[in-house]
Amino acid sequence: MLDLGGYGPSILEGAVLTVEAALVGLAVAIVLGLLGAIAKLSASPALRLLAGAYTTIVRGVPDLVLMLLVFFGGQMLVNDLAARLELGHLDVDPFTAGVSTLGFIYGAYMAETFRGAILAVPRGQLEAARAFGMSPVLVLRRVLIPQMLRHALPGLGNNWLVLLKATALLSVIGLDDMVRKAALAAGATRRPFTFYLAVALVFLALTTVSTLLLAAAERRARRGEALPA
Amino acid sequence: MIDLEIVLANLPLYLRGLWTTVWLTFLSLALGLVLAVPLGLARTSRNPLINGPVWAYTYFFRGTPLLVQLFMIYYGAGQFEAIRASPLWPLLSQAWFCALLAFTLNTAAYTAEIVRGAVLATPAGEIEAARALGMSRALVLRRIVLPSAFRRALPAYGNEIVFMLHGSAVASVVTIVDLTGAARIVNSRYYSPYEAFLTAAAFYMVLTFAIVGLVKLLERRWHAHLRPRLG
Repeated sequence: MLDLGGYGPSILEGAVLTVEAALVGLAVAIVLGLLGAIAKLSASPALRLLAGAYTTIVRGVPDLVLMLLVFFGGQMLVNDLAARLELGHLDVDPFTAGVSTLGFIYGAYMAETFRGAILAVPRGQLEAARAFGMSPVLVLRRVLIPQMLRHALPGLGNNWLVLLKATALLSVIGLDDMVRKAALAAGATRRPFTFYLAVALVFLALTTVSTLLLAAAERRARRGEALPA
Repeated sequence: MIDLEIVLANLPLYLRGLWTTVWLTFLSLALGLVLAVPLGLARTSRNPLINGPVWAYTYFFRGTPLLVQLFMIYYGAGQFEAIRASPLWPLLSQAWFCALLAFTLNTAAYTAEIVRGAVLATPAGEIEAARALGMSRALVLRRIVLPSAFRRALPAYGNEIVFMLHGSAVASVVTIVDLTGAARIVNSRYYSPYEAFLTAAAFYMVLTFAIVGLVKLLERRWHAHLRPRLG
């Protein structure tokens, strides 16, 4: 269909890196999102303020700007720290910088999603679990999180789709993802449209598969609910 | 830690970048909205020959990254002899036009789906009543469907405005000196990432809050009839 002139495997290699970066970023985002949501709902005003500042600031700034800030600023921070601790030179690689920024950014969006989902779990269930003598951590693990995930799934799915597409920006800070592989192939063959179209089609395939899986997950999560009359 | 001298010395550069970001974003949004209304209406059509192509268009533009779309136009257009020979080439060989085109096509796709959702949510009774009063289909669209659809679409469209503002940062990747571009110049000139990018971030945040505030204000006006009446 598309003549990739032998660069197909290289693009595919980049695609694997793209998916890896997106998945690790998602894992970081989910952890930060859970912490953010719990902080937003906590009784401590300081925690609420901190979480509020985190979600407001991150959602007010473009992801590319935050990525550049973390990549260049993070390198400087690491250099300063390494100098102070006499560790010699340490490099911030684009994968670590990119994945942590992705996680940091989408953690803010996840926090909003999870906050709403947590509020949708009836309070009485948490009180009942506590009354049974479960520790707060056990209540979280056995009662709150499993039920909250069901409400969080649609928002989580949307965030995942945006995050997946945002990985393309990692090529700007030098990650060897498929966008950068395509740029290299485009330069060598002078057929940029062909290669960027190929990358676009891989992204389209990834978003399509994600959408289908998410729809199946949502159906499964709703299996306990009453059928519409 | 933050060196304000650098920020102040480069303020004119940032302000020029701010202007570029603003016009690029809002011109794309305006053109995109003009395209999106007919496209969104086409998406509500039951005729697959009308609905299908528009579905494919929105599916492609919503399922792929804006950066890749921009690269396809900016780097990709020159691959074709026919485009290079066409009268459009003087425009397509310029970064600002490619960015404007990519952003417009992108936001039109998202907005078309917003319009579709809002139009489909029109209560059937309103349309039946208007038809029963003898209004033509075009008149029903103009007087009944579109005004209430715009009102319903406002919150989602407000999000789209913010997405487009933030998305426009990728223009800096194709040599355009927008806010992000200005920050990248400052960073490379002084090697001072905090000053460079935090300043740009502050500008973006002010813009974002201004947009969110304006949309809220507009929502309050347009949705005045939905608020509970006190006293």
